[in-house]
Amino acid sequence: MDVFLQQLINGLTLGSIYGLIALGYTMVFGIIGMVNFAHGDVFMVASFIAMVTFLLLTTWLGISSVVLALFIVLIVAMVLTGFLNWTIERIAYRPLRGSFRLAPLISAIGMSIFLANFVQVAQGPRNKAMPALFNEVIVLRSSETFDVAVSYKQIVIWLVTALLLLGFWFLVTRTKLGRAQRACEQDPKMAALVGVDVDRTISITFVIAAALAAVAGTLYLVYYGVVSFNDGFQPGVKAFTAAVLGGIGSLPGAVIGGLLIGLIETFWSAYFSLDYKDVAAFSILAVTMIFLPQGLLGRPDVEKV
Amino acid sequence: MTRPLLRVEHLTMRFGGLVAINNVSFTAQHGEITALIGPNGAGKTTVFNCITGFYKPTEGRLALQSGDQALWDDLDTLTAGGAKSLRRADGGLFLLERMRDFEVSRDARVARTFQNVRLFQGMTVLENLLVAQHRALMAASGFTILGAIGWAPYRKAEHASIERARLWLDRIGLIDRADDPAGTLPYGAQRRLEVARAMCTEPMLLCLDEPAAGLNHRESAALNDLLMLIRDQDKTSILLIEHDMSVVMEISDHVVVLDYGEKIADGKPAEIRSDQKVIAAYLGVEDEEVDKVAAEVGL
Repeated sequence: MDVFLQQLINGLTLGSIYGLIALGYTMVFGIIGMVNFAHGDVFMVASFIAMVTFLLLTTWLGISSVVLALFIVLIVAMVLTGFLNWTIERIAYRPLRGSFRLAPLISAIGMSIFLANFVQVAQGPRNKAMPALFNEVIVLRSSETFDVAVSYKQIVIWLVTALLLLGFWFLVTRTKLGRAQRACEQDPKMAALVGVDVDRTISITFVIAAALAAVAGTLYLVYYGVVSFNDGFQPGVKAFTAAVLGGIGSLPGAVIGGLLIGLIETFWSAYFSLDYKDVAAFSILAVTMIFLPQGLLGRPDVEKV
Repeated sequence: MTRPLLRVEHLTMRFGGLVAINNVSFTAQHGEITALIGPNGAGKTTVFNCITGFYKPTEGRLALQSGDQALWDDLDTLTAGGAKSLRRADGGLFLLERMRDFEVSRDARVARTFQNVRLFQGMTVLENLLVAQHRALMAASGFTILGAIGWAPYRKAEHASIERARLWLDRIGLIDRADDPAGTLPYGAQRRLEVARAMCTEPMLLCLDEPAAGLNHRESAALNDLLMLIRDQDKTSILLIEHDMSVVMEISDHVVVLDYGEKIADGKPAEIRSDQKVIAAYLGVEDEEVDKVAAEVGL
């Protein structure tokens, strides 16, 4: 029971991070029907931006309040990563819009390789570590062999994720930007005809997706304390799995899928085999594709006649 | 007094060897309902697609004017100059054949509907009307940022857009269903909502492709009332493709008849009704009588 509770806490934390990345995949897929394979690497770049900013703030500017520093780091990471993704869309995807379907996909894979290699050259191939933050834990249950504990950083991750999802939900359902986004998603041609600037809406979608990835990247860094140039790949593909599991194109689906993948991965490592945790996560992708191709909350693809 | 809004001149559209429209010219007047009719395959939708920028015509000129009628005097200068449009404080003159589809809707303010219903099915009825006012709202809100912090002029603009949506919901009788997904409405209501959504973009010219297709008598009558209301109250001109003759004869001020890509008649509904060529095109004649009928109607 204690182990179960502890793994639940860990799984939800990891799942929050996956969910944030998965939202980026699902939003971009919803609006232009393309899997943005560079999204995982955008997340990785965001982690690096967060680390560099944090170190600059604490060592150079001497900001001692960790909460304040983290807040500034989040803002800086969101802005810079948003700008990065805007640029990527502009140079790598927009010129290929209206081309055959595989073209932007290949371009995205190229962009992913470019980002990983760029960071490897610029930051070096080794893991980069930063000082651990929020090390305090709250012990929930205690026994002789095992303590069930929630660490402060897990609470920070939950809080930031929850706040962000709330704001994001408001943006999509309550503002005219969200309205335009949903219109472009359902019928881009018609949206253009009623006066929505489709290109701009797509750009904004990429910026929002990147901002979510930036928060995920910052939280990932806070959680693990290290980041390396190839950290974009695995969390990226797992978040993609989460988006597919939840039903690609569905925003609540992405969050639920992310949490599920996080939980499956942690429980598998706790109860079965740590070495096979990635196998477990990716098996989900295969099983979903075979038995539930539209995902948990996705709309079934009805062929119009 | 005639006040031309849209001039279609010598429009020809060829797809490879197929001539879909051959040298068609007609004029749609300000504040009138102009109907474009003809048997299946006559080229009506092709004319629409040329006007709304979906097709680039092979030949011909499509000019739309707003504001001061005197702008028509500059038409030849504009055509020779190679620009897409001429805009002055007192109005604008647009060469639609040079513009792309979204430019036609954005700059020349031509709204259109399609033969099949193309609502945003997953969005609510109200949202469908609000998204059509997106551009005005975007401009007023300083691209969301000012709107998000509750800037007063934006709140005013948003309020106005909701009022406008409410007015249209009232007119099409869907005020009770404002928060239902558009996809759940009955077919006739979806048709009316499409017209209302097009009107929310504040068009100069509203192009409707078979708006009454698939409607029953009552729904069709409701649509007629709506279109006449748009003409009389909003002073918006309508260009209409329609198969249902009762609709055409009842509401249109001017009818253009196409057959096999050519214009065979052009006039008031009463004149069209008794036109021999139109009757022959619609009812058809036996093969051996073709020459006789052709001689009678002077083809």
